[in-house]
Amino acid sequence: MSGVRALVGTKKGAFVLTSDGRRERWDISGPHFAGWEIYHLKGSPADPNRLFASQTSGWFGQQIQRSNDGGRTWEPVGNKFVYDGVPGTHQWYDGTPRPWEFKRVWHLEPSLKDPDAVYAGVEDASLFLSTDGGQTWRELAGLREHGSGPRWQPGAGGMCLHTILLDPGDPGRIFIAISAAGAFRTDDAGKTWKPINRGLRSEQIPDPAAEVGHCVHRIAMHRSRPGVLFMQKHWDVMRSDDAGENWHEVSGNLPTDFGFVIDVHAQQPETIYVVPIKSDSEHFPPDGKLRVYRSRTGGNEWEALTKGLPQRDCYVNVLRDAMAVDALDPCGVYFGTTGGQVYASADAGDTWAPIVRDLPGVLSVEVQTLP
Amino acid sequence: MIRVVLPAHLRLLARVDGEVTLDLPGPVTQRSILDALEARYPVLRGAIRDHATQQRRAFVRFFACAEDRSHDPPDAPLPDAVATGAEPFLVVGAMAGGC
Repeated sequence: MSGVRALVGTKKGAFVLTSDGRRERWDISGPHFAGWEIYHLKGSPADPNRLFASQTSGWFGQQIQRSNDGGRTWEPVGNKFVYDGVPGTHQWYDGTPRPWEFKRVWHLEPSLKDPDAVYAGVEDASLFLSTDGGQTWRELAGLREHGSGPRWQPGAGGMCLHTILLDPGDPGRIFIAISAAGAFRTDDAGKTWKPINRGLRSEQIPDPAAEVGHCVHRIAMHRSRPGVLFMQKHWDVMRSDDAGENWHEVSGNLPTDFGFVIDVHAQQPETIYVVPIKSDSEHFPPDGKLRVYRSRTGGNEWEALTKGLPQRDCYVNVLRDAMAVDALDPCGVYFGTTGGQVYASADAGDTWAPIVRDLPGVLSVEVQTLP
Repeated sequence: MIRVVLPAHLRLLARVDGEVTLDLPGPVTQRSILDALEARYPVLRGAIRDHATQQRRAFVRFFACAEDRSHDPPDAPLPDAVATGAEPFLVVGAMAGGC
């Protein structure tokens, strides 16, 4: 029987949650790398037992850990992330130029086909690639060197490259997103990049429709339709049907269109999920009710999913990398909270239950569907 | 023989128990100790000093003979007691840097 492995990064370590295909009973291992912030873990689609983890600390900086046995054992690999050439400057919060400085890896995206290849999205925003299983890293500097780079500025969480989407049908096409620069796309495997923010409007910047400067929180795609993208922006849920060339808003009847996560059902490319958060200053669900919203129409028409989720006195947040789906049928949906709960639904969101309630604050959730 | 005491997280990373001992051929300085330490335990590269600048990470401290040596020039000689191994060179996680 097939199974599921959830990889959970938290403020104080990593946890690996496993279950069979029924997804009713879970084994929990961890904390791995106790005491370190684990921004993200992800498995290779080409070799599910190969996992990569971003381990970081205010004291001791960045480590990258690799497992070749599904998370039972780990080994540190390369942690040298050095910008190519003279890194130049971006905008600081006060508008002054500030040199690019590596701080941490936010997101690791393994290649779809090569278990030794993995991308790293880092703060200060840039994209790195390893082709030797994480031992060495080189910057794909064309992104940082995009002419708009000096105008990029950090969001409240830092100037992070947090989203990396690899096009399953076109190995040269990659989508990334940066807070607060916006979304970018390459069609030549990272040599050159173009901003893809047309249609976004952000009232918090001087020109609400600027080419760059938008605080994109997350982008998601369905692997069968890589030209259709869904975005949770700082405010607004957006959709593009032309690989990011144009966006339109699909927030519809959401109670608030602020939030961080967005994801797509594994079998239904028009079914998407968000977790509305009250506002940019009040990072918790409206009315103290933790509700996932599902649209079966690719946006605009949303239904609240509440069964099994706390509907009073709940003031947690769900961070941008903390939602995932499995590939089983019915589709499993998972998310983690800053309160340390990991919730799962084995019926595409109709009902929910916590897998675990008391982890450190959850930074990321990824899910692997195992044979 | 130089004795180096690492904080628990770095001992775990380097997979060592207790103190690390190093033989240094030349002057005993912060830089020479850290160079030798990183040569033996490459996983510590970037964890004590920044990869790009080789500057001490902001929330790492260096203590020796009950004094904070964090702000000394990296090539300044360390006390004889460290050079002879009578006293250890301590790499310390500062009382800050995490939450």
